[in-house]
Amino acid sequence: MKIGFYPGCSMKGGAREYQESVVALAKVFDIELVEIPDWNCCGATAAHNLNKELSLSLPARIMALAEKEGITDIVVPCAACYNRLSVTKHELAEDASLCSKVTGIIDLKYSGKTNILNIIQFIDKYITDKLEEKVVKPFNYNTACYYGCLLVRPHAILNFDRVEDPQSMDVLVKKSGGNAIDWAFKTECCGAGMSVSRTDTVARLSGDILKDASDRKAEVMVVACPMCHSNLDMRRPEINKYLDEKISMPVLYISQVLGLAVGLDAKTLGLNRHMTEVILPDKPVKNAEPAEVSKKVANPEKMEA
Amino acid sequence: MSRIGVFVCHCGENISATVNCEKVAQISKELKGVEFSTDYKYMCSDPGQTMLKEAIKEHKLDGVVVAACSPRMHEPTFRKACSEAGLNPYLCEMSNIREHCSWVHPKDDLTTEKAEDLVRVMVEKVKKNKALNSIKVPVTKTALVIGGGVAGIQAALDIANCGHKVVMVEKQPSIGGHMSQLSETFPTLDCSQCILTPRMVEIAQHPNITLYTYAEVEKVDGFIGNFKITVRKKSKSLDEHLCTGCGLCTTKCPQKKIPNEFERGLGFRPAIYVPFPQAVPNKPVIDRENCTYYIKGKCKVCEIVCPTKAIRFDQEDELVEIEAGAIVLATGFDVLKSDFFPEYGYGKYKDVIDGLQFERLASASGPTMGEIRRPSDGQIPKKIVFVACAGSRDPAKGIEYCSKICCMYTAKHAMLYKHKVHDGTPYVFYMDIRAGGKMYEEFVRRAIVEDETQYIRGRVSTIYEKNGKLIVKGADTLMGAEPVEIEADMVVLATAGVANHGAEALAQTVHVSYDAYKFFAEAHPKLKPVETNTAGIFLAGACQAPKDIPESVAAASGAAVKVAALFSNDELTREPLIAVVNRQAPPVFSSCVGCFLCQSVCPYQAIEREEIKNRNGEVIKTLAKVNEGLCQGCGTCVALCRTKAIDIHGYSNQQVYTEVMALLND
Amino acid sequence: MQDFEPKIVAFVCNWCTYAGADLTGTSRTKYAANVKIIRFPCTGRIDFMILMKAFENGADGIIVSGCHPNDCHYSTGNFHARRRWIVFRNLMNFTGIDTERILFSWVSAAEGFKWADVVNNTVAKIREMGPYENYNKIAVSTLLKEEVSNHE
Repeated sequence: MKIGFYPGCSMKGGAREYQESVVALAKVFDIELVEIPDWNCCGATAAHNLNKELSLSLPARIMALAEKEGITDIVVPCAACYNRLSVTKHELAEDASLCSKVTGIIDLKYSGKTNILNIIQFIDKYITDKLEEKVVKPFNYNTACYYGCLLVRPHAILNFDRVEDPQSMDVLVKKSGGNAIDWAFKTECCGAGMSVSRTDTVARLSGDILKDASDRKAEVMVVACPMCHSNLDMRRPEINKYLDEKISMPVLYISQVLGLAVGLDAKTLGLNRHMTEVILPDKPVKNAEPAEVSKKVANPEKMEA
Repeated sequence: MSRIGVFVCHCGENISATVNCEKVAQISKELKGVEFSTDYKYMCSDPGQTMLKEAIKEHKLDGVVVAACSPRMHEPTFRKACSEAGLNPYLCEMSNIREHCSWVHPKDDLTTEKAEDLVRVMVEKVKKNKALNSIKVPVTKTALVIGGGVAGIQAALDIANCGHKVVMVEKQPSIGGHMSQLSETFPTLDCSQCILTPRMVEIAQHPNITLYTYAEVEKVDGFIGNFKITVRKKSKSLDEHLCTGCGLCTTKCPQKKIPNEFERGLGFRPAIYVPFPQAVPNKPVIDRENCTYYIKGKCKVCEIVCPTKAIRFDQEDELVEIEAGAIVLATGFDVLKSDFFPEYGYGKYKDVIDGLQFERLASASGPTMGEIRRPSDGQIPKKIVFVACAGSRDPAKGIEYCSKICCMYTAKHAMLYKHKVHDGTPYVFYMDIRAGGKMYEEFVRRAIVEDETQYIRGRVSTIYEKNGKLIVKGADTLMGAEPVEIEADMVVLATAGVANHGAEALAQTVHVSYDAYKFFAEAHPKLKPVETNTAGIFLAGACQAPKDIPESVAAASGAAVKVAALFSNDELTREPLIAVVNRQAPPVFSSCVGCFLCQSVCPYQAIEREEIKNRNGEVIKTLAKVNEGLCQGCGTCVALCRTKAIDIHGYSNQQVYTEVMALLND
Repeated sequence: MQDFEPKIVAFVCNWCTYAGADLTGTSRTKYAANVKIIRFPCTGRIDFMILMKAFENGADGIIVSGCHPNDCHYSTGNFHARRRWIVFRNLMNFTGIDTERILFSWVSAAEGFKWADVVNNTVAKIREMGPYENYNKIAVSTLLKEEVSNHE
């Protein structure tokens, strides 16, 4: 079975290490990822603000090309691309006339049967079962899993994880031997596209995220979106200036965390490409003090016999 | 050969203005089987009715067609008149030549022709009519009240005070319901226990009321006037007659750290316990799931200390059969589960509690003896944030309705807090304040003006804990959606009121319908608010929709009146327009093949299985049988029956086919 | 064809559409006299064979109308009617019966004006379609086929 791979623009540019780590991780589990030939831009945030048909036609073409190759599952590591492809699939399934219009525009056969998988869904479907036996170097760090906005929203369309308190990455980190901390900023905005136009806003939003994680003794932050990564990683000088303190916590992709756990080396996973230097002490403190809030209180309705 | 009388009404000029009534009567006279025909200015008037009665006697009529207004208007009038003249009332039919003819068409020949057609249809129909007798059903004058909260208590007392027997079934070890958990009640701030406890005692002592606590309804058979109910009395591991309620066992039980349901988890109780000091009955039960003896096989401290030797470890559940003529459902509501608000950390942070937990904190008999102290460290909170509409009015959470009581109790909570912690600041995040009710708006005003509650119009997006404080992030929409951040010591969520978690199962057990939110459905939202679609079953209180105490009590009294009215006669009289399965004796023949498709579509469970036996008592056939008490005459079974074995009086196959043919062939 | 007066039979439920038609009268809204109503307790009572009977006896068009979904006096009768109609419609189409001549609608007790509209629209439509002379041909040919196949 061929599993399709849709890199989108960022995997070929600023987030090369994301693609490298996903491909390397897949290889460990004997999974071959096939890049969809002649793929195009997903439309990102620009298209759906300008022209609805265009914003649907771009992802539809990607899915149609995958169908042509006989691909049933497409891995879309970028959260924004994942969102666009999923929304398109949903909208075309809901509206037959719109669907025929769009297939007319792209001039390709489109059935809408391709599965769109984000990085976590891909891992859960093909890797999670075999993950624990392959872990050779437990990722024994206090880890703050940051989900951002596009991975879990809108729930009505994506139907993935819990919108307000997602858990799927936390589970993967725990399976890799890590300690996923309980914290408050899992789905807060990182500043996203303001990255270039309003770096001050990004510094504030991303800064608050890093600060909370750092206050709760996180040693590393894990993300599943190249946009989040660039804001949290690349904008560190501005963030440190805003916070008036130096936060040296590295930001890793979930694929890199799993890669490290199964024994891949830093270079293969592209850790050297990060702006914030990835320093992970060799013998991390075992089960450092988890945040106090994780202690559960008694569950009232359980008692209502 | 039929002897039918046709009576055409002019209705003053209402009909005769566009329809030639004389002609209609004249033409009708020519119809086969019509013995007598006339027209008159006002058929429904006294002289009109007298004329009808005299014609029936004089011409020995065996069928009557009154061509006048809608049968929805005067069918009962003319049927009664026929009956008074000695003609079976179900041999009288009406042709609607007013609403469906004279009023909607212009004056011309077509209109008169249509009136003639309509009369002809009914003449042909009435030939096929059968004399029917109204159905009489005996009534068992005992009411079953399910649920012992304030609604159930009110309904039971009202019915019992009318002189009828009442059986009350309550799931918990004590009656009292949610109201017994409340501290003070809006808008008067009188103590909830003080007004409820006397009524609870009255239930226990009333000679007409039998009370089963720690019991659940397991099965309901029968129909209006004649329900048969099976109740499971869960074992209390106690001989209630011997127990004096001294309470020694509860103080000696070594198992003391079981979260107390009554205190909503804010306190503890032993394994043998009385839910709260004023409980009715005030006798303990053993919670077997947490009792050391039932877990480990030894302990029996309670048995040793009991002065009357009332403990029964081997006691089993008991099934009780009850016969009742009416059922009142008063099972109340539930509050939301704690995993509903991950964004608010409810269930994760100890100091994020729900409204009912706050009631316990504020209650003088509660875990803190009425002092407002936060659950995590017992400190007195200086800032409390109350979040109204937590879950309610939120389609994304699946609860689109307004829970109705939260605006009021949130204002009350803010007040109670301010009265106890003078230097504290209460904040309320709200969407709208809905304080419709006597003295309600004034009450909310008092919370804002006198008790200086900070009302912020906006939603809370997230709550998280930091350095022992709860950070509440929200927006103030009256200040241009300005983000607001409050470092609170405690957060109280006014969680949505939802249907009781057993509501759906109970609805299916007693056969009443329920809405999309699993609240029980009333028969008509305006005119039948306490009736259900199942005859003889009534609703009281918040099992129908979120209701406050006055509303629950009013609904309960309403339901009680309906029960009392039902019990005012020894027999029920019902219209005989119901379905019937054909039968010919002997031996019993029927075209019914026993497929029971009818049973699957009947909304009233009115189709029963009847076994036909031969002389040796062996079952040779199973047939459908319509229960006359339950059938409401919708006829869905008739349309579905593949062998045409089932038919319906008043709209029989013969009648409706005759109507169609008469209509189209003049 | 100008003088053609279609014969239309309306099968309605007692609680919603019959009452709605009463309201049309009470509010003196005029409509065509071609439609004659037959009252049923509920649309759930309507066995669709009676529609065939109506066509057989010369009806040119048929209206079936009851309570709106969820408004049924008997809770579910109208849902059963709708379900049965969906199945029956296919069967009629298969047999060659013109299902365009049957209008299935919901008219509540408060929709007097809607009832007038339903009637007028149906009368206009059937008037345009002309008398249903084809029905008996179809019925005869179907019967013949049946007889032939039974014979075989």
